[in-house]
Amino acid sequence: MTRLNINGKQHVVDLPADTPLLWVLRDELGMTGTKFGCGMALCGACTVHIDGQPGRACVTPISALGNKKVVTIEAIGTDKVGQAVQAAWIDMGVPQCGYCQAGQIMAATALLRKKPKPTDADIEAAMAGNICRCGTYGRIRAAIKQAAGEKGATA
Amino acid sequence: MNAPFDLTKNMTAGAVTRERSVDIANVSRRKFLRGVSALGGLVLAVGYSDALHAEDPPKYGADGMPHGWVDNPLVFVAIGEDGIVSIVCHRSEMGQGVRTGMPMIVADELEADWTRVRVVQAPGDEARYGNQDTDGSRSTRHFFLPMRRCGAAARQMLEAAAAARWNVAIAEVQAKNGEVVHGASGRRLGYDALAKAAATMPLPAADAIRLKDPSQFRYIGTGKLKLVDAHDIVTGNTQYGMDTRLPGMLYAVVARPQVYGGKVVSYDAAATLKVPGVIKVVAIDAREGAPQFNPLGGVAVIARNTWAAMQGRKALKIVWDDGPNASYDSVAYRATLEEAARKSGPAVRNDGDFTAAAAAAAKRITAEYYLPHLAHASMEPPAASARITQGKCEVWGCFQSPQAARDLVAKRIGMPVEDVTVHVTLLGGGFGRKSKPDYGIEAAVLSKAMDGKPVKVVWTRDDDLHNDYFHTVSVEHLEAGVDAKGLPVAWLHRSVAPTIMSTFDTAARQEANWELGMGVINVPFAIPNIRIENPEAIAHTRIGWFRSVSNIPHAFAVQSFVGELAAAAGRDPKDYLLEVIGPARVVTPKMLGDTWNHGESPERYPVDTGRLRGVTELAAKEAGWGRTLHKGSGLGIAAHYSFVSYVAVVVEVAVDAKGEVSIPRVDIAIDCGATVNPERVRAQMQGACVMGVSAATTGAITFKDGRAQQDNFHQYLVTRMPAAPREIRVHIVPGDYNKPLGGVGEPGVPPVLPALCNAIFAATGKRIRQLPIGDQLKS
Repeated sequence: MTRLNINGKQHVVDLPADTPLLWVLRDELGMTGTKFGCGMALCGACTVHIDGQPGRACVTPISALGNKKVVTIEAIGTDKVGQAVQAAWIDMGVPQCGYCQAGQIMAATALLRKKPKPTDADIEAAMAGNICRCGTYGRIRAAIKQAAGEKGATA
Repeated sequence: MNAPFDLTKNMTAGAVTRERSVDIANVSRRKFLRGVSALGGLVLAVGYSDALHAEDPPKYGADGMPHGWVDNPLVFVAIGEDGIVSIVCHRSEMGQGVRTGMPMIVADELEADWTRVRVVQAPGDEARYGNQDTDGSRSTRHFFLPMRRCGAAARQMLEAAAAARWNVAIAEVQAKNGEVVHGASGRRLGYDALAKAAATMPLPAADAIRLKDPSQFRYIGTGKLKLVDAHDIVTGNTQYGMDTRLPGMLYAVVARPQVYGGKVVSYDAAATLKVPGVIKVVAIDAREGAPQFNPLGGVAVIARNTWAAMQGRKALKIVWDDGPNASYDSVAYRATLEEAARKSGPAVRNDGDFTAAAAAAAKRITAEYYLPHLAHASMEPPAASARITQGKCEVWGCFQSPQAARDLVAKRIGMPVEDVTVHVTLLGGGFGRKSKPDYGIEAAVLSKAMDGKPVKVVWTRDDDLHNDYFHTVSVEHLEAGVDAKGLPVAWLHRSVAPTIMSTFDTAARQEANWELGMGVINVPFAIPNIRIENPEAIAHTRIGWFRSVSNIPHAFAVQSFVGELAAAAGRDPKDYLLEVIGPARVVTPKMLGDTWNHGESPERYPVDTGRLRGVTELAAKEAGWGRTLHKGSGLGIAAHYSFVSYVAVVVEVAVDAKGEVSIPRVDIAIDCGATVNPERVRAQMQGACVMGVSAATTGAITFKDGRAQQDNFHQYLVTRMPAAPREIRVHIVPGDYNKPLGGVGEPGVPPVLPALCNAIFAATGKRIRQLPIGDQLKS
């Protein structure tokens, strides 16, 4: 039995300890907002927050979580920064297919919580691990700037 | 709740529904599969209108697609007594914005209040909705008018209901933003109050439908509406193929042959069955003959969750027979293609006399280009779920061609098509991969093997990269004879690439007319002697449609070669390109040897070189063509006509001392006619630039011992934010809503690759002739 703290709620799962958080979220707990893209921490689609830090759920075994608090896309809107990022994403029309955007939003929110006024280099460094095959990078950059309160960000 | 305009009551809709009389098995991109005979029991689009019914006039556009179009409001619109207007979207959403764009067209003509519109995704049912193959950049250009008529007819029925209620002439009332207003008396009634009565009004006859004047459009062309799915996307509340959840669902991954044509000889599942969570191991048969959209076969592991299934698959012991393609090797195959490209081959277009003109030319220039296989690598790998209960099968998946999924599932599990329902989820990217519903068939086969229990099949990233329907590999050989001014008087292009037709007919060796019509045969250049040859090539892996398809290699070769000719002539590349395109003129596709014309009427959609010139000049002007740049920087230009749209790109590149490429800016100009959602046209052009850069700089799938060598994103490199163009400026040529529309999803990609390589030449003097660029510029 493994206890998990996800979005402020306690869950108990009976699964092998090496099971990655991603599949527990998606298949066992029914939270499908966190996406599967590569399974090797290469694309960032499964990004969640673990004690406030961005982490890749696809390579995080549940045994590694202990009492750590996991926040997923389903609850990031309860965070002020997360809410601003979501609003900027809609306003800038960032998503195309949208599949990678949960991970992008989690990565962007983590960045802005650490650096409320990120430079372009900060944005690139924080977002380089998140692939968008539709090519929405320009709008992601603009939306991060807008969420940071920068005036006149355009995409 | 949605009783009025209840669709199920009025299915026949004879007056405004046109359906094909030809019963053709549904295969995505079916229209393209002309000339293929019955294969493996699946009747493809045999000859279509002109071969099956040679006496019929040819059909174009939406008319030429299986099941054509439907514009019946009783099929697409339902208005609830709560005033919510439900509009059906019958095309698949994969990022192009179609779930916003199509309903927007209906809502505009309907004068619906967009804040009260709900979008309902249609299941796969082309007899009801018209063609649903979401590919070929066709949704808007084929359904703009049917959706307008649909909305207008519904609006007229609401107006008729209000006029009857008030006992006034219909001409005295007008629908406006969710209400019908009687101007003279100031009376008004909401659609909620009118819907029930409106549904009993007769459908307006086709010639009585009054379309809005485009100046009155409320939503179309404004680009102001937000995506209907945006909120769900940013809150993690969407349903993609990967996200389907059903009570008691099981999860499966499949060990598939790693070599095209390979088969399972035997397998031992003992260790697999000991993996915690694994429930059952099931073999999936491979079908003989061409792969079509059939599962590749293999061994499926069904488990309590996806992870357990993946662990179980690792423990399988399988003896494979790799079959006839076990020695497929990209290095050796390139040599084979090059050998074919350097010999004369069958001509597919022959204007004038290339040989004589080239012999008499002042100078002769030759170049050869190589482009590797690409994988689609949509961020959502293929995934589908199926359940069979009480003799009915339901499938959920990310399908670009839901009717094909439905037909093929029915056939494979031996059920009547009517008993199979295919629900279309959102697609986490498609790019053509998801036109082939093999994964949906896998899900149905496995559900059947589990007595109908719900099973979700998940493709992992390595499955996706190893077993894709790959973008073709090609060698493009070009020769030109130029006159004393350096302008081409003779043009030879030999294109050698395994054809997508090989996926349907293993004997296919040459590009189909619709592959040739993607920018090799139909070069719209003012050159008197043009010879296009297409030597044979044998496919050794599954080849399929990839966004922009054959336009990618063709445009890369043609537009790079024009750049090479300009350099040889010592001319400005933009001026030279315009001169090669020649003066503005309207050319029939047939004159260019193109019998396909993207499935469109050659009269409605001739090739207009004035528009190609127009986008070239626009992109150049907006990019500040000719401006001074730092050392190591350069501008490159390319223009290409595809999917009946015209696109030109100017790339600004910077190559540093180490040979690292960065792209500060791209200017892309598109003339696709009038636009429904210009904001999404911009998004598609921006995305096309990134995808083009990705293919040009890093994209490659290579084969060794028959196997794709790239397992995941550490080996199949796609462009990430730091390498993406820093700024992409989109310039849309204004269009006329009374003229035919062009495609948008695909035409942006092809000119990006040659524009980038032309820019690299301008910056460094180095000509890139093989893709990806990789480390060719590294010192």
